[in-house]
Amino acid sequence: MAEQALSDIKVLDVTWYVAGPYCTKLLADYGADVIKIERPEEGDPSRRMGPFFRDDPHPEKSALFQHLNTNKSGITLNLKAEAGRKIFKELVRNVDILVENFSPPVMPSLGLDYETLERLNPRLVMVSISNFGQTGPYRDFKATDMVEYALGGPMFSTGIPEREPLKLYDHVIEYQAGVCAAVASMVALYGSDLRGSGEHIDISIMETQAAGIDRTPTMRISYQYTGDVNQRLPVGWAFASGVFPCKDGYVDIMGSAIFFPKMVQMLGMPELLEHPRFSNFIEQAKPEVAEEFLTILLPWLQERTKQEVWEAAQSVQMLSAPIYTPEDLLKDPHYNERDFWVDIDHPVTGRVKYPGAPFKMLETPWQIMKPAPLLGQHNQDVFGKLGYPKGDLVKLREQGVI
Amino acid sequence: MAKLPLEGIRITEISVVWAGPFATQLLADWGAEVIRVESIHHFTYITRGIIIRPPKEMVNARKTWLMGYPNWDPGERPWNCYPVFQAHARNKLSCTMDLTQPKGIELFNRLVKDSDIVLENNATETMDKLGLTYEALRKVKPDIIMIRMPGYGSTGPYKNYRALGANLDESCGHTWLRCYRGMDPASATYILASDASAGACGAFAALAALRYRNRTGKGQLIDIAQVETFMPYLAGATMDYTMNERVQTTPGNRHPSMAPHGCYRCQGEDRWVVIAVSCDEEWQGLCRAMDNPDWAKDNRFADAFSRKRNEDELDRLIEEWTSQHDHYAVMFVLQKEGVPAGAVLDDRDAYNDPHLKDRGFFQEITHPDCGTHLYPGIMWKMSKTPNAIRTPPCCLGEHNEYVYKEILGISDDEYTMLEKEGHIGTEPAPGVL
Repeated sequence: MAEQALSDIKVLDVTWYVAGPYCTKLLADYGADVIKIERPEEGDPSRRMGPFFRDDPHPEKSALFQHLNTNKSGITLNLKAEAGRKIFKELVRNVDILVENFSPPVMPSLGLDYETLERLNPRLVMVSISNFGQTGPYRDFKATDMVEYALGGPMFSTGIPEREPLKLYDHVIEYQAGVCAAVASMVALYGSDLRGSGEHIDISIMETQAAGIDRTPTMRISYQYTGDVNQRLPVGWAFASGVFPCKDGYVDIMGSAIFFPKMVQMLGMPELLEHPRFSNFIEQAKPEVAEEFLTILLPWLQERTKQEVWEAAQSVQMLSAPIYTPEDLLKDPHYNERDFWVDIDHPVTGRVKYPGAPFKMLETPWQIMKPAPLLGQHNQDVFGKLGYPKGDLVKLREQGVI
Repeated sequence: MAKLPLEGIRITEISVVWAGPFATQLLADWGAEVIRVESIHHFTYITRGIIIRPPKEMVNARKTWLMGYPNWDPGERPWNCYPVFQAHARNKLSCTMDLTQPKGIELFNRLVKDSDIVLENNATETMDKLGLTYEALRKVKPDIIMIRMPGYGSTGPYKNYRALGANLDESCGHTWLRCYRGMDPASATYILASDASAGACGAFAALAALRYRNRTGKGQLIDIAQVETFMPYLAGATMDYTMNERVQTTPGNRHPSMAPHGCYRCQGEDRWVVIAVSCDEEWQGLCRAMDNPDWAKDNRFADAFSRKRNEDELDRLIEEWTSQHDHYAVMFVLQKEGVPAGAVLDDRDAYNDPHLKDRGFFQEITHPDCGTHLYPGIMWKMSKTPNAIRTPPCCLGEHNEYVYKEILGISDDEYTMLEKEGHIGTEPAPGVL
């Protein structure tokens, strides 16, 4: 197996749900040695979240948990027990990074605040991911992915004017926060290596949206510049551009302004270049002109599949894409040729296709060395290395510590 | 201010629109020296403008954020005032070089020799045609880290396909999963979430590769398909397909098991709140916040399963309550009762939001062509390294003198010649769109 970029990094992971686990999955998939701590008996709540293998809601069959926890060693530890906290502190001494995503009061209430842990390991990078950050009036507010999109992201301008604002799919905001936390971990580790002292990082999921790059910052700046609040836009607002029905589904095509000559080329209608309204940028911005052009475009699209339109548009280097379903994604030749989908063998579900590498490092590849851990799968390994003989593990188990 | 962790790292970038620029923004914010290599002859769509000198009529015909110049006036130097660009270009340097001339490539290579990382997010063939491949760059600097991040990656049948973030949201499967229920995907709005995922992955990849280089002395090529950085976020849908052969359709604002779960109208024009109830305790909290109306005691809403089954009616009744109150007031009263809820913030709300204010999120910056405004600030906080935006979004060619004279050691005479040859400038060449 090739050496990986992060194979010299040790991570202690007390995260649950999505944002924290995706952060540590990235670190693990590029080589870091990650020990994930779960609560005895119940484990990470994402074990109880769907979808499940063969629709069987079993804690070792959650797609969400299995996807988010590849390459990690899994142990159980009750941090509410004194003995559990003692073991936790022993583990902290030997890692470079600690990632947690409890609500802000939890770690201090357990006596596991950064100041305490820093004394045990002065170079420790501690990453705290929370809904709204470690400070501020919303610190203890509850949130879901949708709540974060509403408060931090551009939900207000997502959707159409006649309807309510529209959220994104599932957990995508939390995933994004996880990647941002992984970047922050690496930034802090870079500094801590140079300086010889660690750092406590405060990631607010709300701010990963507010300072991220989707439309939010641009709209905020545009509002500062113009004084006008950005609204939801009506369908069909842009000339020769938008998502349109075609023969077998929907396809997006962008043929306005500088792309209009390409649109004309794709349609095979060179005479449109001389058209007084269609070929004029200022005229193009008028809604009635946009509507008029659709009488030409829509029939052309109706005769073609989304894949055919996409190819025709790309052959003239015009922006376009099909509206893919999950099935389209799995069957797509490009993603398959790039080996995006990977088969992972899991002791309970057997081999299943998972999403693969988010990016390819050619010298130090993304690799799956082991599937997500069964609950407490690596207790013996990890506690054994700390010097706890098997007999002690039995006692700790009986005391509800592991 | 304390030394920033990434000081001393130099990144040279040929990046466009958002995905590449966001990667380097995250690194520049924490101290890396990021040099944008731009050109006064070529401008990529939506980078420094839809077109580089839009007439005022065009800007005013369709007032959207894609045209949000100060006072809806493109002004004399619109390329320095474009909000899409201003969103990422703080803390960076800009120099200009004409890479279509051999001299431009020679200058670029000299800059590569002094850089740790080269990052670009153009269509694959664009860089190939310029001869700026990893193989070429590593001859110039053997331990260079090159990050290429075109929409669909540097291999495979779509490697030259053109895409904006909105297109990638469609071809990664996200758009399908986030439209209104019962409406076609045209209603879903162009969103650009894969720019954010690709940018963050680009920054992570850069730091991972730097760590490996510092350990082993070896650089490497990183191939990022922007679209693939977002696809893991949709594992819930793709693995439902690989595990259960189910093709999920959009839930709209609803959730597979939670109810109520949605976006509700509030008092005032276009004011909204989102509410997500995951358990009986939160449901009881919601009931208390509404002053325990009689309808809430109805059998149809007695348990989570029943609430989900009678969701249409439940949503209607909740909206009757929310629509009598301010969106912030609903959020505060629900949060007080332990219910996940959030006001849907518009631009005004964001700048007035008490939490963002308390955390000092927005920061005032003065830009030479745009004046003084508040901008979104640094994404996260580090306990020992206070941080803030150091320099305003870079103007075209603003740092030519520094890059040419101090880094490349170009003499004053040669500098003047490079100006004449069309490499160095601070304005787009005449006639450029």
